[in-house]
Amino acid sequence: MSDLNTAGNLEKVLKAGHIGVTSECGPPRGSDAEEVKKKGALIRDYVDAINVTDNQTAMTRMSSLAACIHLKIMGIEPVLQMVTRDRNRVALQSDILGAASFDIPNMLCLSGDHQSFGDCAQGQNVHDLDSMQLVQTVRYMRDEGKFLGGDAIKRPPKIFVGAAANPFADPFEIRVPRLAKKIACGAEFIQTQCIYNLDKFKEWIRRANDRGLTEKTFIMAGMTPMKSVGMAKYMKKRVPGMDVPDEIIARLSGVPKDKQAQEGINICVEHIQELKELKGVSGFHIMAIEWEEKVPEIIERAGLYPRPVI
Amino acid sequence: MIIAQKKPLEEIIDEVKDFNRLLILGCNECVTVCEAGGKKEVEILASALRMYFINKGDEKKIDEKTLERQCDHEYLEEIRNKIDDYDAVVSLACGVGVQFAAETYLTTPLIPGVNTVCLGANEDRGLWTERCQACGSCVLARTGGICPVSRCAKRVLNGPCGGSTNGKCEINKDLDCAWQLIIDRLKALNKMDDYEKIAPIKDWSTDRAGGPRTVTREDVKI
Repeated sequence: MSDLNTAGNLEKVLKAGHIGVTSECGPPRGSDAEEVKKKGALIRDYVDAINVTDNQTAMTRMSSLAACIHLKIMGIEPVLQMVTRDRNRVALQSDILGAASFDIPNMLCLSGDHQSFGDCAQGQNVHDLDSMQLVQTVRYMRDEGKFLGGDAIKRPPKIFVGAAANPFADPFEIRVPRLAKKIACGAEFIQTQCIYNLDKFKEWIRRANDRGLTEKTFIMAGMTPMKSVGMAKYMKKRVPGMDVPDEIIARLSGVPKDKQAQEGINICVEHIQELKELKGVSGFHIMAIEWEEKVPEIIERAGLYPRPVI
Repeated sequence: MIIAQKKPLEEIIDEVKDFNRLLILGCNECVTVCEAGGKKEVEILASALRMYFINKGDEKKIDEKTLERQCDHEYLEEIRNKIDDYDAVVSLACGVGVQFAAETYLTTPLIPGVNTVCLGANEDRGLWTERCQACGSCVLARTGGICPVSRCAKRVLNGPCGGSTNGKCEINKDLDCAWQLIIDRLKALNKMDDYEKIAPIKDWSTDRAGGPRTVTREDVKI
């Protein structure tokens, strides 16, 4: 895993053996780039790269690629998230080249939430490729220097390729085999679903370690601080594939309402500290949804600051 | 078989209100089995329309006929000598039958009386579910006989996605996750090793993406 394929910072940090840190920034539901820039400026010094989500929960937003370009121009390294829901292989390859033309060095390949969750429930979905096939596509374009159609690409994209993993979705027994498949497709880093159930996550990592998978990819543990007990209950009940143990809800309920947000941050910091020591965890992906201002505090208190300079 | 669903009566009324002589034309194939467009449904629709228009003081001639098949020119010929008695035909066949009827009777307006829903089967009394999207390149040999193209909301070929919860799909708690079913079946077949085989990027040119599809068989041509 030591050779560098991109000029990106995230790849360098992870391959140098440091614990990597990424966070995310959701583009606005409008065309004001200042919102993206503000979020980026808040967290830029605390992370190695910033994910930019792609119409998450199928709500129409400013395009991920455009938002990535705004960050890149500020000197911030983006991770371009791309879902297979909205684009066919022509558009996907085209956007990959567009991203590479701005030297955006990272991509996260996803299938995307179903459009029925968003504001265009009557729309078509595409799913010409699935997320694993998108990983294969980016790797093929980079490593073979070719389009899927076989023609040579002038200046192939130099992109560090990631995929998502949800250790908590069902059925649990195929969660590690599924990770193995993503790695076999070429996923160089993995960002996981938000982790609240540490025991289950540890079991997933143990099985991944046993198969040697953590030697083949960098696993970045997904972390989302809870803002309130209401959010915890909502995530437990309403968000597909989310595992929020009752202890988390009990702990948040146990403090006064005005202290719940701080307690949520405390839980997040404690979880990072605990998982930092776990074999097979190479980094953290902190998704503080519309709460980006708390990312620096979480990273500092978790002992992940300052970020290595390579 | 092809699964269809009756259109709302109001929609049909709106389409036929300006015609005076109507033929309600059923089909004795799939739409009869799925209880959307057979002889029984022709009778029900014809009665409902007669009642509606009589109540409006607008008595129309509304006749009934059910053909063996509407997706077959031979059977459609059975109404040739009567077709000019009608201003319009309400066909309760699937979209194929409606179009075949329209092609056969060029000057007669054809109005669909059902919505064609999918290729599926009768799973339980009053429940019909999708099983196939006619993608033109069957993957069932590799997916334990369960189709991810028609039964996964994201037609994920390397699934399940992260939204699979307790065996159900993220879009609907009553909908089975196709990939859970695939895994259950691979287990039953003792073929879980197949799960890790990567499904290659699919050639969708045999799907609707490639344009209207045809099958040509030289060996059966006359």
